[in-house]
Amino acid sequence: MNEDTFITIDNKDIPIEREQNLLELIRKAGVDLPTFCYHSELSVYGACRLCMVDVEGMGLVPACSTPPSPNMKVKTNTEEIRKMRKIIVELLLANHSQNCPTCQKSATCQLQALARRLGITKIRFKNQSRDLPIDESSPSLVRDPNKCVLCGDCVRICSEVQTVGAIDFAYRGAQTVVIPSFGKDLDKVECVNCGQCARICPTGALTPKSEVDDVWRAIHNPDKVVIAQIAPAVRVAIGEIFGLEPGKITTGQIAAALRAIGFSKVFDTSFTADLTVIEESNEFIRRIQNKENIPQFTSCCPAWVKFIEQYYPEFVHNLSTCRSPQQMFGALAKEILSVQLGVKIEDIVVVSIMPCTAKKFEARRPEFSRDGIRDVDYVLTTQELGRMIEETGLHFNELGPESFNLPFGFKTGAGVIFGNSGGVSEAVLRYVTEKLTGERRENYEFKGVRGDNGIREIKFSLAGREFSMAIVSGLGNARKVLEDIKSGNGQYDFIEVMACPGGCIGGAGQPVYTDISIHQKRTKGLYENDRMLELHKSQDNPYISELYNSFLGDVGSPKAHELLHTHYKSRKRITDEDMYLSYSDKAEGLEINVCFGTGCFIKGSQKILRGVLDYISRNGLKNRVNVSASFCFEACDRGPVIRVGDRVIEQCTIEKATEAIEKEVEVYV
Amino acid sequence: MEKLRKFERVLEIVDQNNRQASRLIPILQAVQAEYRYLPEEILTFIATSLGISPARVFGVATFYSLFTLKPKGRYHIRVCNGTACHVKRSMDIYNAIHKKLNLQPGKDTTEDMLFTVETVNCLGACGLAPAMVINEEVYGQLTPERATEIIEDIIRKEENHELDTHGA
Repeated sequence: MNEDTFITIDNKDIPIEREQNLLELIRKAGVDLPTFCYHSELSVYGACRLCMVDVEGMGLVPACSTPPSPNMKVKTNTEEIRKMRKIIVELLLANHSQNCPTCQKSATCQLQALARRLGITKIRFKNQSRDLPIDESSPSLVRDPNKCVLCGDCVRICSEVQTVGAIDFAYRGAQTVVIPSFGKDLDKVECVNCGQCARICPTGALTPKSEVDDVWRAIHNPDKVVIAQIAPAVRVAIGEIFGLEPGKITTGQIAAALRAIGFSKVFDTSFTADLTVIEESNEFIRRIQNKENIPQFTSCCPAWVKFIEQYYPEFVHNLSTCRSPQQMFGALAKEILSVQLGVKIEDIVVVSIMPCTAKKFEARRPEFSRDGIRDVDYVLTTQELGRMIEETGLHFNELGPESFNLPFGFKTGAGVIFGNSGGVSEAVLRYVTEKLTGERRENYEFKGVRGDNGIREIKFSLAGREFSMAIVSGLGNARKVLEDIKSGNGQYDFIEVMACPGGCIGGAGQPVYTDISIHQKRTKGLYENDRMLELHKSQDNPYISELYNSFLGDVGSPKAHELLHTHYKSRKRITDEDMYLSYSDKAEGLEINVCFGTGCFIKGSQKILRGVLDYISRNGLKNRVNVSASFCFEACDRGPVIRVGDRVIEQCTIEKATEAIEKEVEVYV
Repeated sequence: MEKLRKFERVLEIVDQNNRQASRLIPILQAVQAEYRYLPEEILTFIATSLGISPARVFGVATFYSLFTLKPKGRYHIRVCNGTACHVKRSMDIYNAIHKKLNLQPGKDTTEDMLFTVETVNCLGACGLAPAMVINEEVYGQLTPERATEIIEDIIRKEENHELDTHGA
C-alpha cells in the first residue's frame, strides 16, 4: 500500500486500500451511510441518492458511484446532506403505500428503519400511492408494486447474478414500475422462483408468499395429523430472528417449538438427504459405467431444475432423476406414515420448513401429486416458521431442546451439510469413494469442495479413473459452466448447482439479511453440526438401511423409482396462449408450422423457414399452403421442429421439410 | 402471405443489426416501421434472438413514447401540445378531431383502424402553432373547423378509394 493514499472522511484520515468507491471507504470509517440501491455483489446503479456526500471542490456527489482519489476531503454529515436525506425518504414515503403494520416486511423493512433512523415523524407531501394491482400469481412470491422504491436491486440480482431477467423496469417517469415482460403475471414468465429478488428488496414490494394461515388451519383441524420436516439450512439461521448469532445451531429448539405449535411429529429433511445421497450416488456410478448422461447434475434445487428446463433443454437428461430431499420425504411420509400412524393418506398433512421460496413451487409440480394429493402439502420458509413461533408466544432461546421423531428424524452429517454449497458433492464423495474402492475410509471431510467461490472445480482419481467435479452456486455461474461444456471448454463428471449464492443457507426464505458475509457464518454452523454428529456418511445411517430392507428393496428398485425419482421436461419460458404467430391469409391449405422457440431458433429454424418458403414459391404452392411460425413445441432437445399437417418433424432439415410438404400437399389443390 | 412477408422482414432486420443487443432501439424502430406498432410476440422473438430477456425489451419499448405496443390506425394524427401550440388552444383542435371521429378518453384509435389521434409534446413547428402531423405531413395554423375539414377530406378520399378498388 502506498503511504500517500489517504482520504479524509469527517476529519479522519482513512487509507485507500482496494475500495472501488467512496461508499465502501465511508463504511470502513465506521459510518453507516444509508443506501437502497448499493450492494457489493451488484453493479453500481446510483439511483436512490441516499449516499450523497459533500466532497471538497466537487460539491454533492453520490458516494456509491464516485471513485476515491488521494487527499479527497469528504463530509458525510452536513446540514444540507441531512436535510436532503430526510426529503428523499419523505418523498419515497409519499409514493409508498402506508399500511406498514400489515406488511410482510414490517420490522425488517429498510425504508421503515431509515425513517426511524432519520427521525421522520411527519410526511409533508401528499400521499401519491397509485393503488396498482398486487401480483399473487406465483406460488413462491408476491409482488406489490405499491411498495416499490425503484432501487432496481431485484432487477439487477435477477439479471446479473441469476441471468434470468424475469422482471425489469417498464414505462417512464412517474409511471415507472418493475414488472415482468408485457405486464404478465410472475407465474407466466421465466421466473425460476429463487426469490433472490425478495431477499434483496429493501421494502415489502417483493416478499415470499406466506402459507402460515393454511398451516394453522391444518393444525387446528382435529381430523388432520400434521407433520413437519425441516431442511438443514434452517437450523443455522432461524436463531437470527430471535437475536442469536448467525450460524448458531438451534435444531433442538426448533423441534421443541414445532411440537409446542402443534405438529404431531417432527422429522428431518436431512434423513431424506441421506437417502438422496444413496440413490444419486448409485445413479452416478451407473452413468459412469454406462457412459451415459455425463456430467450428472444435481437436482435438489428446484430453481436450478426450472432453469435447465427453460434455457438448456438439451441438458435435461443430465439432471439426476432423484427427487429432492423435500419431495422424497413427502412421498415416503404419505406412503409409510399413513400405515404406521393408522391415518388415511388424505388426513396426513406434510409441512416442510425450508430456507427457500422455490420449494413452494416444487411442492406444486404436478409430478409430485398422486390422485390429486400432494406429497408435500405446505412449504413454510424459515421466516414463516419464525413468525409462527412469535405468534405462539414462545421464547425460542429458552426452549429446552428436543429431539426429532424416528425413523425419519435420524440423519448423518452428510445429510446436514446439504444446506451448504458443496454439501451435496461432499456427501456423494463420502459414499462413492467407499463404494467404488470397497474400502472404508477413516476421514470423512473433503475440504477441497468447500469454499466461497461461485464456481469451484476439483479433480481426483478414484478406482483407476480420473474424475472432475464442479460445484456451482448462483445461476449466472451455472450458465457459464453450461456454456463452457457446450463450447468444449469444460469437461465434468458431476456438477452440483444451487441457485442461491452460497447454497441453501443463502436462500430467500431465510431471515432477512443485507450483508452477504453472513453466508460464511451459516456455512460454518452446518459444518460444525456435521462434526458434532456421531455418523457422517449416509451409508452408515441405520434407518436408511432399515428403510431399504423393509420397504424399498434395493437401490433403484421399482418402489424406489416410484417414490424417489422423477422426470423433467423442457418448458416454455413464457407460458401464454397468444404466443402463436400465424402468417397465413388463407383459411384452407396445408398447415406448415415452424417452431421459433429458443431451442429451435438456435438450431436453425430460420434457415428452414427460408428453405420452405423458397420451395413453396419455386413450386408454385403459394395458394395451397399456410405457413406459420410459433413459439415452442416443447421438443427443444430435438429441434429444430416443424409441423407439416399432422406430422411433427424433429431434428428437421430443409430436405426433410420439403419431402414432407411434397407428400402432404397433394391433397390440397 | 402479408404477415409472413413482415416476419421475414423482422428476420432481416435482426440480421442486418448483427443480432447485437446494443442495436435494440434501431431494431425496434425498423420493426415498428414495418408493423406500425410492436406486436408482443415479435418483441419476444427479438429478445430471444438478441439473447436478452423479454422484460428488458418490454422496458425499452415502453420507455420511449415513440414506440407503441398497440396497433395504430392508417392515419396517425399527432396534435402538438407544446407550449406555443397549447397557448394557441391546441386542445380545442384535439377535441374537435376526437368528436369528429367519435373517440373517447382512453380510446384513441377508430374501430375501422383508419385513425389514431394523440398529442405530442412539441413538433418543433412553433411558428405554425397550433400544428399537427398526419403521418409525415405537417398542418399549421389550424382552427378546429380546418382540422375537421382535413379529417373529412381523408374520409372522403378513403371512401372513393374503396369504390375504385371494388369497381375495378
